[in-house]
Amino acid sequence: MSSAKQTQLTTRLAQAGARVDKATGAISVPIYQTASFGHPGLGQSTGFDYSRSSNPTRLVLEETLATADGGHRGFAFASGLAALDAVLRLFVPGDKLVVTEDLYGGTYRLFEKIYRPFGIEAIYVDTSDVVAVELALAIPRVRGMLIESPTNPMLRIADIRTLATMARARGILTIVDNTFLTPVLQRPLEQGADLVVYSATKYLAGHNDVVAGAVVTATPELSERIGFLQNASGGILGPQDSWLTLRGLKTLTLRVERQQENALAIATWLVKHPRVRRVYYPGLPNHPGRGILLREKSGWGGMISFEVDDPACVPAILAGVKIFLFAESLGGVESLITYPSVQTHADIDEATRGRLGINDRLLRLSVGIEDVRDLLDDLEAVL
Amino acid sequence: MNEQTKIIHSGRDRDPYTGASSIPIYQVSTFHQNDPEHLGAYDYARSDNPTREALEHTIAVLEGGARGLAFASGMAATSSVLMLFQPGDHLVVGRDIYGGTYRVLTTLFKRWGLQVTFVDSTDPDAVRRAITPATRGLFVETPANPLLQITDLRAMVAIAHEHGILAITDNTFMTPHLQRPLEFGFDIVVHSATKFLSGHSDVIAGLAVTREADLGKKLKTIQNSFGAILGPQDSWLVLRGIKTLGVRLDAQQRSAGELASWLSGRKDVKRVLYPGLESHAGHAIHAQQARGGGAVVSFELADGPTAVAFLKRVKLPLVAVSLGGVESILSYPRTMSHAAMPADERLARGITDGLIRLSVGLESTEDLIADLDQALRSESSSSRQ
Repeated sequence: MSSAKQTQLTTRLAQAGARVDKATGAISVPIYQTASFGHPGLGQSTGFDYSRSSNPTRLVLEETLATADGGHRGFAFASGLAALDAVLRLFVPGDKLVVTEDLYGGTYRLFEKIYRPFGIEAIYVDTSDVVAVELALAIPRVRGMLIESPTNPMLRIADIRTLATMARARGILTIVDNTFLTPVLQRPLEQGADLVVYSATKYLAGHNDVVAGAVVTATPELSERIGFLQNASGGILGPQDSWLTLRGLKTLTLRVERQQENALAIATWLVKHPRVRRVYYPGLPNHPGRGILLREKSGWGGMISFEVDDPACVPAILAGVKIFLFAESLGGVESLITYPSVQTHADIDEATRGRLGINDRLLRLSVGIEDVRDLLDDLEAVL
Repeated sequence: MNEQTKIIHSGRDRDPYTGASSIPIYQVSTFHQNDPEHLGAYDYARSDNPTREALEHTIAVLEGGARGLAFASGMAATSSVLMLFQPGDHLVVGRDIYGGTYRVLTTLFKRWGLQVTFVDSTDPDAVRRAITPATRGLFVETPANPLLQITDLRAMVAIAHEHGILAITDNTFMTPHLQRPLEFGFDIVVHSATKFLSGHSDVIAGLAVTREADLGKKLKTIQNSFGAILGPQDSWLVLRGIKTLGVRLDAQQRSAGELASWLSGRKDVKRVLYPGLESHAGHAIHAQQARGGGAVVSFELADGPTAVAFLKRVKLPLVAVSLGGVESILSYPRTMSHAAMPADERLARGITDGLIRLSVGLESTEDLIADLDQALRSESSSSRQ
């Protein structure tokens, strides 16, 4: 992202909701904990009728999300999966989607347990492989493509711009799950994507204290369709959680920058550690996706996966860390450590896990904003 | 553990029962007792609430004190601390303390029988001279508001120790991230946690920390008896705010330093008051007791009409009272914080009609400079006409 856009984003996020309440001038947008709104008269509306359709607190969050991604409109949902579910409802039985193969386990479950019986099929492809994607997009009745980049937990990078161009030529919708990099470090809509989805629980809210999801659309037509689905199926985000997510967004740039700075230092340190076999981090010089991220002026993010030499020592590492919390999720101010083969990716069969590289030596770090010296000391002690 | 890590992991960073990575909001007034003869750690939420206690523990760790206590506002914290004194006791108080503290001392506590002498605390000799046999406490603020004068914290502690009196300071402008008065020997630190600690202009809260456990126990008795406690929702929000205290204040301070230098270079700005500038009278002392100049910059324009026109032209900072939020806030002391002070008294203190205070937020420095520049430029061009 250019530095001018970065500047605007930092400034806009800091002041999100600051000039909304004209009645009192309150600097923080009020939490409108209300279901319904009175009408000025018959056939008249204040613009708000019923909170499922639109709520003033949620609206400020949604406008902020749209601005952050440079999209047409933003939509806030009860969770990341509720957001993705609304996007998948754009498709009809018989449609197929090309999907990143090492994707988030919850998304995989949504496709396999909910949408496959309903007649919508996911075709799993390594989206860091342009040729493989090109072949998959040519399959009849492919109507959509869902990309996660970087992937979880292997941190593979897709060339969103190239893939979106190929999809557009065939009239296929490109959807990017931008949870890992956020609009601060990656701008999928500017690279040609049609829709961006988020688990806002992670970096956007950023404090491991709220569950939320978001969709940002590129065009008025998609806004209308997602808006209809949000209101019709109703998986909205409540006013309290909308307000907390907005509060989180105000420090998004600062947090993500510090997390990335810490992550690069940790990844560089892990590479040199004798007990570490492999390190997966897009900011490392030998990472295959680094060139794409550099070209797009994207960042590396705060996630690292690495393999230790002996799986037998994993329980001691997980029990021994003092600053890293041993917990699922990611993107918060606190550093977390996860064991993907047992936790986040247990639903994926062993053969697939093996092919992807999710083995019993693999650990994943979500790096927080603590002092990096303490994080390194903590890892040094358990390794 | 380094300070930035302490901010995130003060020891209450997870719920002991469920492992939740955010302390639960205990929206509760009372607690069931399993044994009616031996009550548990919690009985009634005015006395102790687990969410508030997590915040109290955190601020104590950050300030390096024995006990932290959370109150309904900065003024509730200060007033509760003042209740440690008896009618007839005398206090020496910095002349440039926060207006709300001045008001409570000269109204409520005056009626209650507390004697107060206000002195220029930047002059340790003046402080020493003000002490009488009845003096029991010393209350200062540094940097002071809105002129950002610097009081020598170590000198204040020396005076307090000579006379065996309590040394109290309001650390709102600096926070423990930049200045830790208890480490110099102060007895009590108070905060308006509404400002930098919570940091999002969305909660009203106060905190007090004592260096020693005994004094903490006395203040705890006052908190419980008087009852101006902070509720669980607000306690939790302040805790959430503290998680980003380090990254926020570092960015805000960096930006404030750049803005102060930029303002200093302008002909249409009469003077810039920022303790991070070497030209600032208190710079050397401040540098010995704090890690940087903070995020509040005051500056003076030609006159009142110029200042008012400037405030009407700025687009980015909000024009409001308060400070310390993620949003930049411009305040006009003449009509806001010092409106109640007679004009001659206000002017004698250097709070002129052209004085403006800027609390620097998280917006990009470039954007802030561009906005202040356009507001100042239009002002200079219109005043030439």
